[in-house]
Amino acid sequence: MSPSAPSTAYAAKATDLTKVYGEGETRVVALDHVSVEFRQSEFTAIMGPSGSGKSTLMHCMAGLDSVSGGSARIGDTELTGLSDKKLTKLRRDRIGFIFQAFNLLPTLNAIENIRLPMDIAGRKPDTAWLDTVITTVGLADRLKHRPAQLSGGQQQRVAVARALAGQPDIIFGDEPTGNLDSRAGAEILGFLRNSVRELGQTVVMVTHDPVAASYADRVVFLADGRVVDDMAEPTAERVLEHMKRFDAGGRTS
Amino acid sequence: MLKTALRNVLAHKARLMMTTLAVLLGVAFVSGTLVFTSTVSEAFQRSSEEGLTNVDVAVQPDDDSDAAEETPGDAANLRQELLDQVTALPGVASATGRVSGFAALADKDGDLVGAGWDTSGANYYAGTGTGGDAERYPMTEGRAPERAGEIALDATTADRADYQVGDTARVSVDGPVREETITGIFTTDDGTVAAGGSLLLFDTATAQELYTAPGEYTQIMLEAAEGTTQQELKDAVTPLLPADAEAITGRQLATDQAAEIEQATSGLRTTMLAFAGISLFVGIFIIANTFTMLVAQRTRELALLRAVGATRRQVTRSVLIEALAVGVVAGVTGFAAGIGIAVGLRSLMTSFDMTIPDGPLIISAPAVLASLVVGVVVTMLAAYLPARRAAKIPPVAAMSSVHSGPTARGLVVRNTIGALFSAAGAVLVVAGTGADDNGATMGLGAGLLVIGVFVLTPLLSRPVIAAASPLLRVFGVSGRLARLNAVRNPRRTAATASALMIGLTLITGITVIADSMSKSIDNMATSSLRSDYVVSLASFGPLSPEVERTLAEQPEVTAITGLRMSPALVADDPDTMNLVGVNGESIDELTSLDFTAGSFENLSGQNVVVDTDTAEDQGWRLGSTFPVTYEDGATGELTVSGLYEGNLMISGIMLDNGTLAPHMQRVEDVQVMLRTENGASDATKERLEQVLGDNPAVLVQDKDDISEDIAYMFTLLLNLVYGLLAMAVIVAVLGVINTLAMSVFERRQEIGMLRAIGLERRSTKRMVRLEAVVIALFGGVLGVALGTFFGWAVGEMLAGFIADFELVLPWTRMVIFLVLAGLVGVLAALWPARRAAKLNMLEAIKAD
Repeated sequence: MSPSAPSTAYAAKATDLTKVYGEGETRVVALDHVSVEFRQSEFTAIMGPSGSGKSTLMHCMAGLDSVSGGSARIGDTELTGLSDKKLTKLRRDRIGFIFQAFNLLPTLNAIENIRLPMDIAGRKPDTAWLDTVITTVGLADRLKHRPAQLSGGQQQRVAVARALAGQPDIIFGDEPTGNLDSRAGAEILGFLRNSVRELGQTVVMVTHDPVAASYADRVVFLADGRVVDDMAEPTAERVLEHMKRFDAGGRTS
Repeated sequence: MLKTALRNVLAHKARLMMTTLAVLLGVAFVSGTLVFTSTVSEAFQRSSEEGLTNVDVAVQPDDDSDAAEETPGDAANLRQELLDQVTALPGVASATGRVSGFAALADKDGDLVGAGWDTSGANYYAGTGTGGDAERYPMTEGRAPERAGEIALDATTADRADYQVGDTARVSVDGPVREETITGIFTTDDGTVAAGGSLLLFDTATAQELYTAPGEYTQIMLEAAEGTTQQELKDAVTPLLPADAEAITGRQLATDQAAEIEQATSGLRTTMLAFAGISLFVGIFIIANTFTMLVAQRTRELALLRAVGATRRQVTRSVLIEALAVGVVAGVTGFAAGIGIAVGLRSLMTSFDMTIPDGPLIISAPAVLASLVVGVVVTMLAAYLPARRAAKIPPVAAMSSVHSGPTARGLVVRNTIGALFSAAGAVLVVAGTGADDNGATMGLGAGLLVIGVFVLTPLLSRPVIAAASPLLRVFGVSGRLARLNAVRNPRRTAATASALMIGLTLITGITVIADSMSKSIDNMATSSLRSDYVVSLASFGPLSPEVERTLAEQPEVTAITGLRMSPALVADDPDTMNLVGVNGESIDELTSLDFTAGSFENLSGQNVVVDTDTAEDQGWRLGSTFPVTYEDGATGELTVSGLYEGNLMISGIMLDNGTLAPHMQRVEDVQVMLRTENGASDATKERLEQVLGDNPAVLVQDKDDISEDIAYMFTLLLNLVYGLLAMAVIVAVLGVINTLAMSVFERRQEIGMLRAIGLERRSTKRMVRLEAVVIALFGGVLGVALGTFFGWAVGEMLAGFIADFELVLPWTRMVIFLVLAGLVGVLAALWPARRAAKLNMLEAIKAD
């Protein structure tokens, strides 16, 4: 399998995934029978307006939130019905996370933060892989720094390295560049794309930024809790165009 | 601003709850003490007043009168002639002679009823007037005692010991056992009985024989005839009285008793308030810490207020108003809780057989006021610094996400001050061990040292907690994160740990001192004794010489002495001194004292042995002679035939009983010491007890019994102190809970992230728990270390007064304290850890 070509095997898959908040009058359907697959070694962006359910989809797929119906799988593992303990273990061993903020523990230095998931698991990290990751994100000379001594971009690079360090089945990013200026954001997105193309990782990222989405191999559009479109080989212009159209359509419907 | 402040209180009510609780506990302790002591005091006042309803004037021996001062003995008892004379006085409706003293009663199993010190005996008298209310001891069953061998018993005691009219009871007044027939059971409002003591009544002749002498009374009670005032009656009686007796009006008597009761309860009150003060002091740390945390969490909010135009003063005031609200709530609820404590204490005392006379709960205005003031003042005082800090938040902090906290320079200044205080304190404490100023130097030093350590705790937290890291490594990531979190905010950790430190310093210090004292007194008591047994009365009151005579007749007794005390005036010293009478022939076999000159050898006739301190004071040497005035007024001349090293147990001027006895008003022994042929054994002890008629009032103790008694006394004292200090520890626990809960709240995003990347609930809980344990142990280590140091220092000082002083470091107990500190951490973490584990990950990692 060539790392640059997306494979057809699924890293994660949602089938009829439904998520409902509240009851009675306050009932909100966040995800309405969503079926979507995330292929291995592919960089997928999930887009959609606020309240479209894009974050909820990611949270459910990543085992951070419970689902109301349907199925969510990481590889062959069905997430629905797993105990908190099993879910935690699954997140620890098979999923990488990059959040918008609060990715790092301020008390640990960069390398300690990177190794944290493995420390929690009590696993020895693969040193060669770790070196590759650190070199890729360009943190070799910052490893002993505390988060407070790093810039926002550097902090997110540590977060990327941490997500990659355990060689997870899939990495979920929740607006990973949301708090960064465009230059630092571009850097992070570049790393994510490289990790897919060169290291064969699988990345799913929630974003509302067309430029960020353009780094992905594929964009899945969500609206009102449903998948409304699926775009391959996106560019920023096409995504923006698509969003405008969708926005207009949304308003008229 | 008021509205903002009050809204803040409501918004943070969960977080302010622990603070409120901390203040509440302190206030409850204060108000509980005040209500309890005034209730007890009032109850005793009432019962003593009731006992005086029919007394207009009381006549009693006056030990302080000039006449009594001339002779060293007690003032003489009142004679029958005096009673007859005053009875005949116009204006006297009735006059009653009273005789009273110690009387022990055995229950049916032969055990002493009640505690030794509150069992009394007196003569029966019908009471003034005719029947009805005026009757002093109304019989509910049977009749009053009329002759020797008959007694009446108060109803409560009869009930407790399951005695009925017609039963035979074993009674002892000063040693020998008496078999008495119970002829009556009476009710009484006598104060001692109301307080849980027992009262036995004899007929007057028997009581006189037991307590005074035929025809002598200890008190005469007069009731005025109609139309005669108490003062008139007193004036009429006074000319008839001998020089060493006085007449007191009933009103005066009541006032005196009230003052006495007040004095007794005020001691209790002061002690309890001191401990309440300690827990309030601990509470101050908790409050200050809470408000510091609240202000830190609200930095942006407060900066916004500043940005929109609130002045510094307004910001300070808004925080102080919050504190005021907390203080008022804590004051009011604390007061309510205090009443609960008072009620609880009363029933607790009753369950320990320390009956308090019935009476209403006394809730005085000062108690109400004190609770509120304490609650409010303590809270506002503690919140003052955080409030000032809040005002210093620059308006610009509203815009930036991070407001730089206290600078490193602040810590440098702080550490320098702390180091200076600690060093000065430690030096003063060490200097105080040799200083002769009643511990003033040491007290000052201790104060400085404690303050210094408080100030230094943030600095100390890093190395001390780092030292624990090998232990924490066992717990993997949870342990490492716990350690890092614990040192993350050194000031907060320090304040939390300090609260615990105070309690543990006191607990450890007092334990070291008490254990050392116990051991030292034990050393003294047993090292200077060579006797196998010491026989004394359960009340430690005077023992009849008959006891010594009976024991001396036993074949296995090889040496015996009664120990007698008799006041005397010696040389030209204006103060009375006790002469100690012993059996000069056998005392050498019964004690082991170090003689610097002479010996016990010629202790007979006019020879005396004197401890070196007294000898030095008086300027006596071996062979010195000095004049003496005995308690009966007779004079003589004594010669020093030996000088010994005295100790707390044995000291003073010792002479032969043969010389002393003829001058004593009543020949009584304080205790009897004896040696037996085969040494102390259970069989010997049993036999001696049997010889004394298995008397419940008499204690036969070997050295082990004495050691046990001493140890028991100190254990009791220690347990009491532990109980009182437990309050301070509870307040400290609240502080740990509070700090952790706030930390968990502040770090909720971090915890959410940790959970997302795979930290299990269990490990999350463990992380919080370990952080609590680390903080608690930090406080524990500091407390135990400081306490040990203070204990050592006080010990060194005491060693100057107590010859056989031996410092005892209770290692096991110290380890237990540390383990308990750890448990405190686990306990305090229960709720915060649950909260952390249950945190909703999504909420937590949502960027704000």
